[in-house]
Amino acid sequence: MSGVSRVDEPEDADGVGGVDGAGGPGGRALLEVRGLRKSFGDHEVLRGIDASAASGTVTVLIGPSGSGKTTVLRSLNALEVPDAGTVRIGDVAVEFSPALRGRALQRAATRLRAQSGMVFQSHNLFPHLSVLANVMEGPVVVQGRPREQARAEAMVLLERVGLAEKAGQHPFQLSGGQQQRVGIARALAIRPQIVLFDEPTSALDPELVGEVLAVMKDLADQGWTMVVVTHEMRFARRVADRVLFLDGGVILEQGPPAAVLEDPREERTRRFLRRLVDPI
Amino acid sequence: MDQGTWQLVLDSLGPLLSGTVRGTIPLTAASFALGLVLALLVALMRLSSVGVLRAVARFYVSIIRGTPLLVQLFLIYYALPEFGATWDPFPSAVVAFSLNVGGYASEVIRSAILSVPRGQTEAALTIGMGYATTMRRIVLPQAARVAVPPLSNTLISLVKDTSLASSIQVVELLRKASEIAAPTYEFFALYGVAAIYYWVVCLVLSFAQTRAETRLNKHVAR
Repeated sequence: MSGVSRVDEPEDADGVGGVDGAGGPGGRALLEVRGLRKSFGDHEVLRGIDASAASGTVTVLIGPSGSGKTTVLRSLNALEVPDAGTVRIGDVAVEFSPALRGRALQRAATRLRAQSGMVFQSHNLFPHLSVLANVMEGPVVVQGRPREQARAEAMVLLERVGLAEKAGQHPFQLSGGQQQRVGIARALAIRPQIVLFDEPTSALDPELVGEVLAVMKDLADQGWTMVVVTHEMRFARRVADRVLFLDGGVILEQGPPAAVLEDPREERTRRFLRRLVDPI
Repeated sequence: MDQGTWQLVLDSLGPLLSGTVRGTIPLTAASFALGLVLALLVALMRLSSVGVLRAVARFYVSIIRGTPLLVQLFLIYYALPEFGATWDPFPSAVVAFSLNVGGYASEVIRSAILSVPRGQTEAALTIGMGYATTMRRIVLPQAARVAVPPLSNTLISLVKDTSLASSIQVVELLRKASEIAAPTYEFFALYGVAAIYYWVVCLVLSFAQTRAETRLNKHVAR
């Protein structure tokens, strides 16, 4: 499909653990972003983003609304097309520029997208398909894997997010938290190198947030490489390897959660965190 | 109505049924099927990122919506032979009605496609789907749910519009009624029977519409 060379993937039906590899020689980062820029009209959303993530790590993007964190995330799979900059995931690198457009852009985007799975704020499950069919759609329809194998693997994934018994139901019959967990299973089913989470708990009732975060923590423990946009500071503190604080389209501060969240250097970061704790 | 009129009505039931089954229904079915294919194509052109395709589609819809169906029918039946094409009445009618349905239904399909949330397409892209697969597997099945009621309107209108084909010698329900009525001057009785036949066909279609809607709404929270 896309000439993407891949490090070997686990063959067992249970092969949904952290797909590492692709670190390449010399401990090259799995994800690398250089000089990302993006404007919507006159408004510069991203003003030069540089970041990288090693295989098996969890990177959490935080920042006020409009800081560009979601745009960064959506640039990683070209749902948002940056004006300039490079995104590399594993062996697939795409250099964005105004010259990259039309079919060439489509091809590059497809190659890049094959590297990651995405979990959306508003789950975006396919309402006309059953839970199981939602998870199988990518492996069967796009990747052409044998249906029986894809079904077995999908059931393992649903088991892992605790929803195996809902396989035959349709998305509207599930709670928000369950829908989001199916979304996670769907994202993992294509065996991505990286899983992207775009505010996965922001649209949920407070009492449903925990079950989704628990699944995400499990994935982190299994060694999945994750990039997460979230406002859940406790999740960031407990699960993240690195926290990036974005403001005004640049990364203002980054480091381990203990540093960025407990003892931020920047006054802007401190103000943001104070407001999260005490909104009024 | 006197005895003779009733007898005429009774005698006409068979021929009018034949006009319906062998004229009106095939004409409607063929035109609607072809028209839908055309409409999908035109809808996708209108949603395309290619300016020329959008312009061509807009022009086509504008012509179809801006001219009377009867004129379109006459143009295709009478004018095309001038350019060397000879047409039987029936295929001419199918072409004219298909083009007409294509224009109207394309707007329905376009808005149904637009009604599918952007997030659905994005989710499809992130699991690796391209444009065609996304349309076929994700967008169109959901658009169908939205499109069924207005498309049923188009279909039901088409059933009645096919009566215009009687004006270019196509043998269908209305034509049969006219043929039987003309020598007897029983226009009221015969057109009355024809009206009831049209109504019954439309009733059946309305029933089918309800069933289709129920089926397509099965997986959506109300």
